[in-house]
Amino acid sequence: MQDVRDALYIGHRSDGTLTRRPMSPHLQVYRFRLSMFLSIANRAAGVAAAAGSALGVCWLNAASKGPESFKKVQKVTRNPLGKLALAGWTLALVYHFVAGLRHLAWDAGYRFEKKEINEDGPVAVGVTVGATLVLLASIFGVAACRSRKKKKAS
Amino acid sequence: MNASHTPRIDVMRSQLARARGLGSAKTGVDHWWLERMSAVALVPLSGWFVLQVLRLAGAEQQDVVEWGGKPANASMLLALMVLTFYHMQLGLQVIIDDYVHGKAHLPASLLLKGAALLIGLFAVIAVLKLALAPSTKAGA
Repeated sequence: MQDVRDALYIGHRSDGTLTRRPMSPHLQVYRFRLSMFLSIANRAAGVAAAAGSALGVCWLNAASKGPESFKKVQKVTRNPLGKLALAGWTLALVYHFVAGLRHLAWDAGYRFEKKEINEDGPVAVGVTVGATLVLLASIFGVAACRSRKKKKAS
Repeated sequence: MNASHTPRIDVMRSQLARARGLGSAKTGVDHWWLERMSAVALVPLSGWFVLQVLRLAGAEQQDVVEWGGKPANASMLLALMVLTFYHMQLGLQVIIDDYVHGKAHLPASLLLKGAALLIGLFAVIAVLKLALAPSTKAGA
């Protein structure tokens, strides 16, 4: 080793012998693990949640501007494609929430053993899928009930 | 380099000498901590938001105006908007730190900060406009 920076990658084993520390993850040599997918998915979900939130602000803005602007937004939110986007935003928010709670637990020192992390991963997936489906069903259900009531009244 | 053989250190430098000159990390803990704190604050705010979404699903503009005109709703909404876009900025900054290197790092960071600030302000103004709009009920 000639480069001094290489020295930073040298660590000691518990028996005192030297070892080369792992460098940043190389995706092409690592076997696929759920934990690594969940890790990058949390980041992707954060970005998607941010993009959706920016659109949510457009909804707020339209509501504050007046009925005509709001009608335009409703065209988007009542369109099947718009509904799909809303569903995607919901999924991103729910997963980012779930993964965020896991991160807070890890930071506090809980469930941070490798075994525990591997146990919790599928649970996080299940909770995310379940909560997203329940949320979407209730949101679209409430919306459908409301429009039916309005039709009866008019 | 063969990774299997035991590495040997030829460079005779102390740990301190190695660390010197690499530069300090400058910041890090504050950014990390604020990210966690905004996350903690967003947990109850998100719960509130879900309840409000269930109340407002499929609502007409009038319902939203009435809802946003209530000071309690407007306060919660303002807190949610400010913390959401603050947390968003902190999180996206880490992504920029990870993937954008060299000269592009500073402009990318500034662009993100500007965009987050403007979207946040836009949200705040929209909420305030809803909150401070003359009540339609009182006029009728």
